[in-house]
Amino acid sequence: MFLYGYGPLLWAGTKLTIVLALFSMLVAFLIGLLGAGAKLSNNPVLRWGSTAYTTIIRGIPDLVLMLLLFYSGQIWLNHLTEWMHVAQINIDPFTAGVITIGFIYGAYFTETFRGAFLSVPKGQLEAGFAYGMSHWQVFHRVLFPQMMRFALPGIGNNWQVLLKSTALVSIIGLADVVKLSSDAGKATFHMFFFTLMAGVIYLLLTTLSNVILMKLEQKYSVGVRGADL
Amino acid sequence: MDKLVVKDIHKKYGSHEVLKGVSLSAKAGDVISIIGSSGSGKSTFLRCINFLEQPSAGTIEVSGEVINTVADKQGNLKAADAKQLQKMRTKLAMVFQHFNLWSHMTVLENIIEGPIHVLGLSKDEAVGRARKYLEKVGLQNSEDKYPAHLSGGQQQRVAIARALAMEPEVMLFDEPTSALDPELVGEVLKVMQKLAEEGRTMVVVTHEMGFARNVSNHVIFLHQGKIEEEGKPSEVFDNTRSERLKQFLSGSLK
Repeated sequence: MFLYGYGPLLWAGTKLTIVLALFSMLVAFLIGLLGAGAKLSNNPVLRWGSTAYTTIIRGIPDLVLMLLLFYSGQIWLNHLTEWMHVAQINIDPFTAGVITIGFIYGAYFTETFRGAFLSVPKGQLEAGFAYGMSHWQVFHRVLFPQMMRFALPGIGNNWQVLLKSTALVSIIGLADVVKLSSDAGKATFHMFFFTLMAGVIYLLLTTLSNVILMKLEQKYSVGVRGADL
Repeated sequence: MDKLVVKDIHKKYGSHEVLKGVSLSAKAGDVISIIGSSGSGKSTFLRCINFLEQPSAGTIEVSGEVINTVADKQGNLKAADAKQLQKMRTKLAMVFQHFNLWSHMTVLENIIEGPIHVLGLSKDEAVGRARKYLEKVGLQNSEDKYPAHLSGGQQQRVAIARALAMEPEVMLFDEPTSALDPELVGEVLKVMQKLAEEGRTMVVVTHEMGFARNVSNHVIFLHQGKIEEEGKPSEVFDNTRSERLKQFLSGSLK
């Protein structure tokens, strides 16, 4: 039988991996925008805080951070709820995964966006201000669309690494592709086959992502003259 | 009533004072040229008028309304009320040396951006305005092009149309032809001359002595952050009093 009857299970795992990656990406993206804003701000506290964040997060392996955040996060939360005399709040593994991965990749997105913000010529923003735009309008009408062109290659990189690092959530008990394919492998004694399937699924997902990213790059490169070689 | 009154603008970078009390007032229809060698502070002065640079001291009044300011930590003035500043900027459309057209928008989108998102016009109204002003600058067939596909002279004419579409009280030109190839300067100056003849109020920082002499009705010569000489073009160019201006003119008319 195809996939020894484990097809639906693998599909469920794939869906979880995709949803987890997308939510984590959203969190990382927002943290990245805020982090880049903080790094480029005039406020020394914000600059210092964001630099500490990116330095620490990027300097420690994802796996170590995940174990730290997932296990100690729950312990700290328990202390907090105990101290406040309220009922214990259990972080479910999915939320924990999203927060952890989002928090880790937020540091990489911070660096991506910082570079991209700096690549937008200052005159583009000045023109916005000179025509009476508010700070928010300058950000979302001028800075963001122009910044995205410079950020997309980095975003693509970060997304692929993020997608693959969701595999780590299997150790905190989430039923993602890795967890379910290894369960299937153990049950059927076809470990190699199911591990290979997991690899193929990731490869399909990353390939599909590349297509979407290419489209996005086209969208955000409008008005740019390509180099003629 | 004066459209624009700028009084006693000072600007310091650290201990270095680049503007030492410069004033200017423009009545409706005035075309004021500000000339001077590089480093004289003329661009900084223009940029202080719409707070792209923060002056260290001075007052700015647009159509009778004084902009409220407060001093920030560095001792520079900033607008006390962001809304008032935004409103004032819509009355002072600026044309930049490097055009600064938004590169991700087409010509038409560049021109309707301010009218729609800042002035609150409907899209139809804004497009109508945009087409009218594109025709005035002679670019009616370029509305779907992106800035990167236009020559410098065309880009600057689009930038002028963008400024016109705000229907401002005063237009500020910051060396509008300095970044252009010599053969493209004429087309931009011609458009500016047409605007002057229509009676638009303009303040122009320029190196084009021909424009200053023939188009403007008042010329200000800045030297080391101060007004060294000012007056009607005929006085300033033909009966020059200051030695420095004489030197400057003999250098620039070579």
